[in-house]
Amino acid sequence: MFPRPFDYLAPESLDEVLAALAAEPDDTKVLAGGHSLLPLMKLRLVAPRRLVDLRRLRGTLAYVRPEDGGLAIGALTTYYALETDPLVSARYPVLAETAGAIADLQVRNCGTIGGSLAHADPAGDLPAVVLALDATLEAVSRQGARRLPISEFFVDAYTTALAPGELLTAIHLPAPAPRSGAAYAKFRHPASGYAVVGVAALLALDAAGRVATARVAITGVGEKPYRAQAAEAALTGASPTADTLRAAAAHAVDGVAPLEDLFASAEYRAHLTRVYAERALARALARAQAA
Amino acid sequence: MALMRMIGASVKRREDPRLITGQGTYVDDVRPPGVLYMAVVRSPHAHARIERIDTSAALRYPGVVAAFTGADVDLNLPTNAPLNRETPPPPHPALARERVRHVGEAVAVVLAEDRYVARDAAELVEVTYTPLPAVTSPEAAIAPGAPLVHEAFPGNVYVRIPRRGGDVEAAFRQAARVIRLEVVNQRVNSVPMEPRAVVAEYQRGDGTLTVWCSHQAPHTLRSLLAALLQLPESRLRVIAPDVGGGFGAKLNLYPEEALVPWAALRLRRSVKWVEDRRESLLTLAQGRGQVNQLEAAVAADGRVLGLRARILADLGAYLQLATALIPFLTTNMIVGPYDIPNVDCELVEVFTHRTPTDAHRGAGRPEAIYQLERLMDRIAAELGLDPAEVRRRNFIPPDRFPYRSAVGTVYDSGNYAAALDKALAMVDYPALRAEQARLRAQGRYLGIGIASYVESTGVGPSRVFHGPGWESAAVRVEPDGSITLLTGSTSQGQGHETSFAQIVADELGVPFESVRVVSGDTAATYHGVGTFSSRSMPVAGAAVVQAAARVREKALQIAASLLEAAPEDIEYREGRAVVRGAPGKALTFQEIARAAYMAYQLPPHIEPGLEATVFFDPPSMTYPFGTHICVVEVDPATGEVQILRFVAVDDCGRIINPLLAAGQLHGGIAQGIGQALYEESVYDAEGQLRSASLMEYAVPTATRLPRYELAHTETLSTTNPLGAKGLGEAGTIGSTPAVVNAVLDALAPFGVTHIDMPLKPERIWRAIAAARGASTA
Amino acid sequence: MKLPIQVTVNGVRYTHEVEPRLLLVHYLRDVLGLTGTHIGCDTSQCGACTVLVDGAAVKSCTLLAVQADGASVTTIEGLAQDDRLHPLQEGFWEKHGLQCGFCTPGMIMTACDLLRRYPDPTEEQIRHGLEGVLCRCTGYQNIVAAVQYAAERLRAGAPPAPTR
Repeated sequence: MFPRPFDYLAPESLDEVLAALAAEPDDTKVLAGGHSLLPLMKLRLVAPRRLVDLRRLRGTLAYVRPEDGGLAIGALTTYYALETDPLVSARYPVLAETAGAIADLQVRNCGTIGGSLAHADPAGDLPAVVLALDATLEAVSRQGARRLPISEFFVDAYTTALAPGELLTAIHLPAPAPRSGAAYAKFRHPASGYAVVGVAALLALDAAGRVATARVAITGVGEKPYRAQAAEAALTGASPTADTLRAAAAHAVDGVAPLEDLFASAEYRAHLTRVYAERALARALARAQAA
Repeated sequence: MALMRMIGASVKRREDPRLITGQGTYVDDVRPPGVLYMAVVRSPHAHARIERIDTSAALRYPGVVAAFTGADVDLNLPTNAPLNRETPPPPHPALARERVRHVGEAVAVVLAEDRYVARDAAELVEVTYTPLPAVTSPEAAIAPGAPLVHEAFPGNVYVRIPRRGGDVEAAFRQAARVIRLEVVNQRVNSVPMEPRAVVAEYQRGDGTLTVWCSHQAPHTLRSLLAALLQLPESRLRVIAPDVGGGFGAKLNLYPEEALVPWAALRLRRSVKWVEDRRESLLTLAQGRGQVNQLEAAVAADGRVLGLRARILADLGAYLQLATALIPFLTTNMIVGPYDIPNVDCELVEVFTHRTPTDAHRGAGRPEAIYQLERLMDRIAAELGLDPAEVRRRNFIPPDRFPYRSAVGTVYDSGNYAAALDKALAMVDYPALRAEQARLRAQGRYLGIGIASYVESTGVGPSRVFHGPGWESAAVRVEPDGSITLLTGSTSQGQGHETSFAQIVADELGVPFESVRVVSGDTAATYHGVGTFSSRSMPVAGAAVVQAAARVREKALQIAASLLEAAPEDIEYREGRAVVRGAPGKALTFQEIARAAYMAYQLPPHIEPGLEATVFFDPPSMTYPFGTHICVVEVDPATGEVQILRFVAVDDCGRIINPLLAAGQLHGGIAQGIGQALYEESVYDAEGQLRSASLMEYAVPTATRLPRYELAHTETLSTTNPLGAKGLGEAGTIGSTPAVVNAVLDALAPFGVTHIDMPLKPERIWRAIAAARGASTA
Repeated sequence: MKLPIQVTVNGVRYTHEVEPRLLLVHYLRDVLGLTGTHIGCDTSQCGACTVLVDGAAVKSCTLLAVQADGASVTTIEGLAQDDRLHPLQEGFWEKHGLQCGFCTPGMIMTACDLLRRYPDPTEEQIRHGLEGVLCRCTGYQNIVAAVQYAAERLRAGAPPAPTR
C-alpha cells in the first residue's frame, strides 16, 4: 500500500528531463500517468530510487495533430483525450474505441499513450492497436532524436527498444489507406479489466475488394504484443469471406505459447484468441467495406 | 399494534446526510493525537515451524516505537462454537508461537509513529521458518496419513455430527430412482469495501480503554476483549462507528483486534491498525467452503422420499468465533422448503492449512439450498418433468406450519408455492420456455434457472444457542417529548437509524423526525448482541416495538391520571391521549412526557420518567423464503454468460421499509451472482492464496450485474410482534442456485449436467466440449 | 526528502512539505483531515478514493501528493455549496443509492465527471462510467437510479436541495 521512499523531480523542460534520465538511468523511472507504475510501487514490486515526473511537459507533449493525412500524437496524450478527440475518431476510430475500453473512467483521465507503450504490459490494450496501425514512434535522448518502427519496439514483457536515458515523445500514425478499416475486440478480465485476449485487426481492400493489407495484432496472449503473421498471410490477397476470416483467425496463435494464469489456461486463451481474432476481423472488414 | 403509518413506508434514510457529504466516521477516520500505527508481519508459509524472529533491524528504523512477537504476547483467541464437546478447541494464539498454520497468519507486529514507517519496518523483521508439509484442501486433510494441522485432532477432523430423522433405508428401498449429486460450494471472500480497522485509545487518567473497531457486534467484542485483557468490562468501551460493510466477516475477535488494545495497554499509548486489501483477502474470515454429496431417493413423480447428505466442511486452520457453527447451520436447513421426512446427514468438519472460514452472508444456509436446488433440477431433467413442477410437488404445504423437519428444525410459517407461482407469473414462464425453444432452433442458448429457498434467521433463542440470542432496546423519552432509542443492534449499511425510528414513531404516534437512534457504542447503549443472522428486524426490531409499547403503556397511565379518567377510558391514537367520549380532554405525547419529568402532578404510584428497556429473547428462529428466477444467454463459443433477467420473490413477513428491503435484496443478489459466476478464494497446492488482490478476485462491477425485479409475498412470522422475518441474507441464498441452474439449463442441449462454481467462461467452454466428446484443441 | 507543495482543496489553498511517496489520498485524509475520501484497496481497483483533480475524476490512491502541486482538488466535502446538496448527493439520498456509505464518496465524485461528459446518460453509459468504483452493498441498481435522478435535475437547472 505504501511505496518505499524515493526522490522526486518534476522538471520544467524536456532538456531537464533528459539530463535527469541520463544521470542515473538504472535507478530512475519516468512518471507519466502513473497508473501502471504507482500500483507496482505500492505493492513494492518495484522501488526506483528516483521518479522523474513529466507533468510539466504536458503543454508540449500532449497533443493530437493531423500529419500527412494521419496523426501525430504526443506521448502524454491521455486515454480520455484519445477517446474523445474528434480527429482520432475521424481518422482512426479504432484508437478511440480502444482507449475507451481501457480500465475505467478514472484511469482513462490519467493514463497516457506514451506511458502505456513504454511500460509494455503484455496485456495492455494500446500496444495491440499501434502494432496493427503500423505506428512509428519518436524517442529523444541527450544524444538526439530517432524514430523507431513499432514492429521493433516491443522486445519482451515490460521491455521495449528504448535505450537507457531515452524518452518516448510521439506516436506517428500514417494516413489510413483508402478502403481500410480497423477494429479492436477485447475479452476483459472481470477483476483487473486487462485484456485476457485483445485483438486489433486492420484490413485494407484493393479495388476488386480483396485484401491488400491485413494486420492482426494481439495482446494478452504472448510474452509481448505480437503480429499474427500466419493469420495475416492467410488473408493477404484473399477474398474476405466469412470462411476466409475464420480460417485466417485459426492461425492467430501460431508459433506463440499462450500465457497461462488464474483466469485462463493456455488452451482456453488460444481458443479465445481465435474467436476474438475472427470477431475483430469481421468488424474491421465491415468498416473497410463501408469506407 | 398501533396504527401503521411509518411501518411499511419507504422513508429516506436518516444516515445519509452525513454519509453523502463525507462526514461519516469510519474507524480510520479516528485519529487520537500521537497514535501509533501497527503493521503486521505475516507468515508466507501454509505450515511451518518458526525457528527465530529477529526484530532488531525493525526496532532500529527511525520512527519505530516497539515490536512484539508471540513470545511477548500471551493472548489466546476464543471460539463461541466449540461443537466438539470432548476435545477442547485448539489453541489460537494472537501471534503465532512455534508454528504457523496458514499463509498470512500473524507472526509479529511493529508499532511506529507513521503508517508508512510501520510498513517499512515490518519488512525488516526477519523470520526464519522451517516449512512443513501442509494440507491445503479439505480432501487432502482427510486423506489417510495426511499431516496434522492440530495434533489433538486425528485425521484433521474437528467434529463429526450426524443428523438423522425418519427411515432413510426404507425410503431408498421405495425409490423409483436414486439421484446423486456432488457439488462444491467454494470459498469466497466477503470483501466489505471498508477493510478492517481498530483504534485503541488509552485514557491514562482513569485507566479506561476505548476501542474503535469496524465490527458487527461491539458488545460481544467488549466482553471478549475484557476477558482476554483481564480488564473489567466497565472499564472498556467499544465503539463500532460507521462500518463499511460486514457481511458476517466482521463478527470475530481477530488477532489484530486483540493486539491493538493489548499494545495500547502495554505502551500506554493510542494504537491504530488498518489492514490493506491484500491482508483482508488473505486473513479476513472466508465464507462457504464445503463439498456436498447428496443422494436422493426419488419417487416416479419426482417427490424426494429420502436424502443422504455428506458435508465436508473446510474450517481452515483455527476456530474463529463461529467457524464450527456455520456448517452446522447447513444441517439445520438440510431439507430446505421440501417435505422430506427421511434424512441421514453427516457433517464432517476438518482443519486445513488455510485461512479460517466463518460467517459470510447466509452463513451455512446457502450451502444447504444450493445443493437442494441443483438436485431439483437434476430430478426434473432425469424424469422429464418441469423443474417448477418438481418443486411444487415437494414443497411443504401451507397448512403444515409450524413444520418440524426431519432433523428437528421447526419452521414457523410459510407458503412456498405462492412465492414460486408469483415468480413464474412475473417471468411469464410458459412464454419463456417457448422463447427458449425458438432460440435453440436458431443456435442460441437461453437458460431459465429457478431456485426456491427457505432459510433460518434471527438467532436466538439463547437456550438453543447456548449463548446470548436476545437483543436489547431502550426507548428513552426526553422531557420535551423527543425520543432516543438505544439499540444493542448495529448497522453496517442496513439503515437501522431509519427503520427502527419508523417502528417507534408508529408505536408512539410521534413524528418520525423526533426519534433518534443510537447504536454501536457500549457506553451509550444497553448491552447488546449484534447484527448477524438477519436478526435486526425479528429480534432487535421486536425489542424496539416492545420497549415502545411499554412506554406507550406508561404514557397512557400518566395521561389517565392527569386527565382524571380510568386508563381503560383513554384512547391513544396518533400521539394523543384522549378520554373516550370527551374529545376536549386530551393530552399530546409531548405534554405527557413533560409531565413525566416535571413529576409534580404525578400520583404516588407512578414513578417519574418515561422510558423502558426490553431484552427480547425470541421463542425460536424465523424462516423467510422465496423463489428466484434467472434468465441467461450463454455464448458456447467462449462460455461467456449474459444475465438477461433476474426476478426475485421474497417473503420476509412484514416489511418495515420497502426501500431498504429492496436494497438488501439487491446487494444480496449481487453477491449471490458473484459466487455463481465470478468469485472464488483460490488456494494452490502450497496453500498460497492466488486471489489475494482485487486484480484477481472479481467483485462484480456495475457492468456485470443485471437489474433486479423484486416482488414479495407476506407471510407473517409468528415469533415476534412485528411479524417480521429477516431479509438481509436471503438475496444470496436464492440467487446463486438460480444463476447456476439457468446456465445448466442453457447448456442442456449439449448434454452438460454439472459445472462447479464459479461458472467462469473457461469452465463452461470445457464442459460443453467434454459433453460433446470433441477434442478441445 | 520533503518537498513543498501547494494544493487547492475545495477552494482552500494549502501549503505543506511532504515526502514524495505520500499518496494524495493520505495527504487529504491524514494531513488535511478530510476523511470523506476512503481507501478500499491497494491495487487501484475499487475507486473509493476518487476525487476531482482539475475537474477530472482521479483515483487519489494512485496519485502522489506531489503530483497535485498547483492543482485544484475537489473532494466529497466540497460538493455541497452553502449547505445545499449537489444533485448527485440528493439523488443518492432519494434513491437509496448507498447502504454502508463507504464507496459513496468515490461513486459520487466519479459520477460528477460522468455527468459532465454525458449530461443525459443511458443506463449503459452510467454502468460503464462507474466500472471503476466497486460497491458491495447495493448491487448498483439504485446507484444508477441516483445518477439518472441527478442528471435530470442538472439538465433542468433545478436549484440544489438543503443538506438536511
